[in-house]
Amino acid sequence: MPNLIAKTALGGIAPVTHAATVLAEADLGQISAIACYRGQGAMVAKVLGGFPAPNTHGDGLVWTGPDQAFLIGRPAPDLTGLAAVTDQSGGWAALRLTGPMAAEALMRLVPLDLRRFGPGQAARAPLGHMQMVLMGQADGFVILVFRSMARTAWHEIEAALKMLAARRAL
Amino acid sequence: MRVPDKGVIDRSKPIAFTFDGRSYLGLAGDTLASALLANGVRLVGRSFKYHRPRGVLTAGSEEPNALVEVLDAPAGPGGQQTPNTRATVQEVYDGLTARSQNRWPSLRWDLMSVNDLAAPFLGAGFYYKTFMWPRAFWERIYEPLIRRAAGLGRLVPRHDDGVYEKAFAFCDLLVVGSGPAGLMAALTAARAGRDVILAEESHALGGRLLADDGLIDGQPAVNWVNATLEELDRRGVRMMARTTVVGAYDQGTFGALERVGLHVAAKADLPRECFWRIVAGQAVMATGALERPIAFANNDRPGVMLAGAVQTYLNRYGVVPGARATLYANNDGARVVARQLMAAGVKVAAILDSRPDASAIEDCPVYLGAAVTDTRGRRGLTGISGSHAGGSFQIETDLLMVSGGWNPLLNLACHQNGRPAWREDIAAFVPKPGMVPGLVAAGSANGAFSTAACLAEGQAVVATLYGLQPGALPGAEDAPYRLQPLWAVPGQGRAWLDFANDVTVKDVKQSAQEGFASVEHMKRYTTQGMAPDQGKNSNLGALAVLADATGRGIPEVGTTTFRPPFVPVSIAALGAGGRGAGFAPQRFLTSDQASRDRGAPMIEAGLWYRPSYFPKPGESTWREACDREVTMVRTRVGVADVSTLGKIDLQGRDVGRFLDLVYTGTFSTLAVGRVRYGLMLREDGFVMDDGTTARLGENHYLMTTTTAAAGQVMRHLDFVQQAYCPDHDLRLISVTETWAQFTVAGPKARQLLNSLLDQPLGDFPFMSCGEVSVDGVKARLYRISFSGEEGYEIAVPAAYGESLFRDLVARAETLGGGPYGMEALNVLRIEKGLITHAEIHGRTTAFDIGAERMIGKKDCIGKVMSQRPGMIGPAREQLVGLRAEQPFGAGAHLFNPGERVHREQDQGYVTSVGWSPTLGCWLGLAFLKDGRARHGSQVRLVDHMRKTDVLCTVCDPVFHDREGVALRA
Repeated sequence: MPNLIAKTALGGIAPVTHAATVLAEADLGQISAIACYRGQGAMVAKVLGGFPAPNTHGDGLVWTGPDQAFLIGRPAPDLTGLAAVTDQSGGWAALRLTGPMAAEALMRLVPLDLRRFGPGQAARAPLGHMQMVLMGQADGFVILVFRSMARTAWHEIEAALKMLAARRAL
Repeated sequence: MRVPDKGVIDRSKPIAFTFDGRSYLGLAGDTLASALLANGVRLVGRSFKYHRPRGVLTAGSEEPNALVEVLDAPAGPGGQQTPNTRATVQEVYDGLTARSQNRWPSLRWDLMSVNDLAAPFLGAGFYYKTFMWPRAFWERIYEPLIRRAAGLGRLVPRHDDGVYEKAFAFCDLLVVGSGPAGLMAALTAARAGRDVILAEESHALGGRLLADDGLIDGQPAVNWVNATLEELDRRGVRMMARTTVVGAYDQGTFGALERVGLHVAAKADLPRECFWRIVAGQAVMATGALERPIAFANNDRPGVMLAGAVQTYLNRYGVVPGARATLYANNDGARVVARQLMAAGVKVAAILDSRPDASAIEDCPVYLGAAVTDTRGRRGLTGISGSHAGGSFQIETDLLMVSGGWNPLLNLACHQNGRPAWREDIAAFVPKPGMVPGLVAAGSANGAFSTAACLAEGQAVVATLYGLQPGALPGAEDAPYRLQPLWAVPGQGRAWLDFANDVTVKDVKQSAQEGFASVEHMKRYTTQGMAPDQGKNSNLGALAVLADATGRGIPEVGTTTFRPPFVPVSIAALGAGGRGAGFAPQRFLTSDQASRDRGAPMIEAGLWYRPSYFPKPGESTWREACDREVTMVRTRVGVADVSTLGKIDLQGRDVGRFLDLVYTGTFSTLAVGRVRYGLMLREDGFVMDDGTTARLGENHYLMTTTTAAAGQVMRHLDFVQQAYCPDHDLRLISVTETWAQFTVAGPKARQLLNSLLDQPLGDFPFMSCGEVSVDGVKARLYRISFSGEEGYEIAVPAAYGESLFRDLVARAETLGGGPYGMEALNVLRIEKGLITHAEIHGRTTAFDIGAERMIGKKDCIGKVMSQRPGMIGPAREQLVGLRAEQPFGAGAHLFNPGERVHREQDQGYVTSVGWSPTLGCWLGLAFLKDGRARHGSQVRLVDHMRKTDVLCTVCDPVFHDREGVALRA
């Protein structure tokens, strides 16, 4: 019998630092999409202990669409009849961008005002030409992009950081 | 030459640069233009059409003459050669290398200046009249000839691999321009706690305050500028120097170009330019005004400059561009320049004022009611001829300062098609309120020409925007601006309007005479306003001449359309990050590295990179590898990554009902654990996509789509659910990225699977699906086949994809098989007559592909439209198979043997072709008129591109194992 080895999208790439800002791959563990069936939102919230409002995240739940959230870092409870639960683990690459230039770097690629995008805020927005789930953190951002596009996302964010570092060195 | 004690330059920092191979010294804070003028260089370029010697006219981005090429060191990053750089904008830096353009062999001796002698023949419309015949000559002979003779800088024929950046910014208030109005607007908003961006085109903030040498509150204006900038900084105002706002777009979005690294030698990772998209709640247009020239004979010699520009060079750069100056003006405002020059110790030969009733009291001779009638000096001004009521006169002078008044710089306000209003008192167009929603004009851009008025307007517009009480204003000059319009001096000799495109007064008059009397026609006929300066120096003058020639008033003639960008924007900045592989995201399979490790060349399938084939030692062509891989699948077992196929997870009580609507077939009756092939139509009845859908549970389905249409199908399903089925209880989500999925196909497929599944496979017939496990990892198994062999697709969570792929391939190799790529996959499916988007390319119907019986009795999207006349019948091109002994290619067209090869005889076209190692001949899929009735007949295949002409046999598209014995084994 084989032994299957699990890998993250970027295979545990080493973090990079430019302009004192760190880009790193993160492993958020299990991700489940929870999509409430018609009229079941309240029941789902009861079982999960809450359901995120649009453009927010917290307690391992992030809003990802109308009546839909991702449950991150823990197994989904039994929501039979209440919500469609779909495993999304591994389908998303998670990146963590922290440090003083994090917002400025992301605002090269994301058409949102991220200067005051604090902890608890979330957005579905494009990152360049890619789909993204963005979560604000106290020290920066957690970024989810399609697993297959992880290399492009990494490259584009790092390129933005490098250009900012070169600007600062002027 | 440099004058002492003047300017905001750093005299302690000399900077070495070269122009046309000669070395010069400038000072920190200089532009290339100011540094050249400080070095006494007056001749900086040749004109576009007549190759006339030209010098610096202005001190800003509107410069029409001083366009140069800037060269980076070839070894440096980028190694750029940037044409049409305005010397008035380019800052000097150590090592800056600039070159004049549009001259041969040198700037002083330009052989092309023979054009100037031929000028009588080269007037407006010359190209249109001369090069009309013979017609065929235009593209090959005339156009290249004209392009070589006329022209600006040269392009280097290679990619621009410099670094460019794009960025977004947001603010409450965007202030465009940092002169007195802009600074006051920014200050007022910042004090009210607003989030402000202040954008300034120049490298230093302050606008005209840096150039006027005026007083604010009794102190030099520069002191007030510095104090204000300090306060703005303290209040968090983002001050963007070297940033030109180039366009006003919808909903408060502005485009801006920042020259990030063009003022230093190229550095790694330092962007040359950044293209900003600024989203502003409100915007203040404090862009100031541009001085306008006066057209008189030979007004284009080096040494003829705008008066305000001379003032800028004097006060901002400490440079006087001549030793004996003359002023020619039609307004009071320009007098101050002559006075400042005299105060700086420069000889002013005379002031020529076009107004008979102006003041004659100055410290130099003043000629009232005067005009400049001609100028002298081949490569630089040496003297002028003038006339006034008392007769004509000659003046020796090497610097003629011209002021025809000022035009508010209102381009931004006109970017959404608003037309400005004419103000008679200043003889200029001014913006009207509301031309661009959320944009208000202030200061000179609004026609207020004194410093005091600019400060007051800057404060007032912001106070009005935010309902603030206007505060105290700093005291400043408030002299009236008295002007008598003057556009062109009548007389002999060519009088230039548009320096950049060599358009004269005579050209505009001729245009009117020849019937091109509308301002938009005149523009296109004479090319006035179509050069890099976009007519900033010439538009009003030209339409004044046009108005005069056609007996209309200026407001009646109107302006041409102002379009973004306000200054030239490099394509590289607009497309920053998009060069080469940056054009689109790259999608990589979990097996990507494993395939590359085996030397597989990758081909792009949409955004995905998929292995083309897996070469083995000794194989010299892709065909050898492909043939081997096909035979391997047919006789043993092959493994291929098919994760790129779209996978959509559907859950809920109404999924079956929903699928019945979107698919032609019935899915509500599909048994749990079974898979069914489905065909999806667009609303217009043509085929959108095909794929299989598995029923994983009572209320749980998994749809697969083709790679090509994954996004389209997802969007379609979302639309159908939201628009047509809002009452359905179902939820759907893409799981394409979640599952890595591999095909295991061939007679030994089951043996391979059983060697790795935790439980051996029991009864698992064709079109079954179910859950299995591998090393305790839950996996999904589907028995489907895209090759015609016994085939399975096994899906595991993406994290395990690479591991499973490497393991599957190793096991397959032990069984005599191995991995196969896209080429073999394609041949296998052609042998089996299975379609891809090469066949369902958007113009084919279910009838065309022989699947009209898949449209069932129930209704489905596209059903009614698929039954329209013309969608069915013998006139349609129908899917057939083609066989031939000789090679042929997709894209070829089909003809009846013996008939003329002509589009009217066209019988169809070939969509897919491959060499079949299984059947030992070439196979193709094609669409042929009434094709299904023509099985067994011959058709002639012609491909003009690849020069093939082959007779093929028409047959059923399923070439291999038509009964499906292998499939169901």
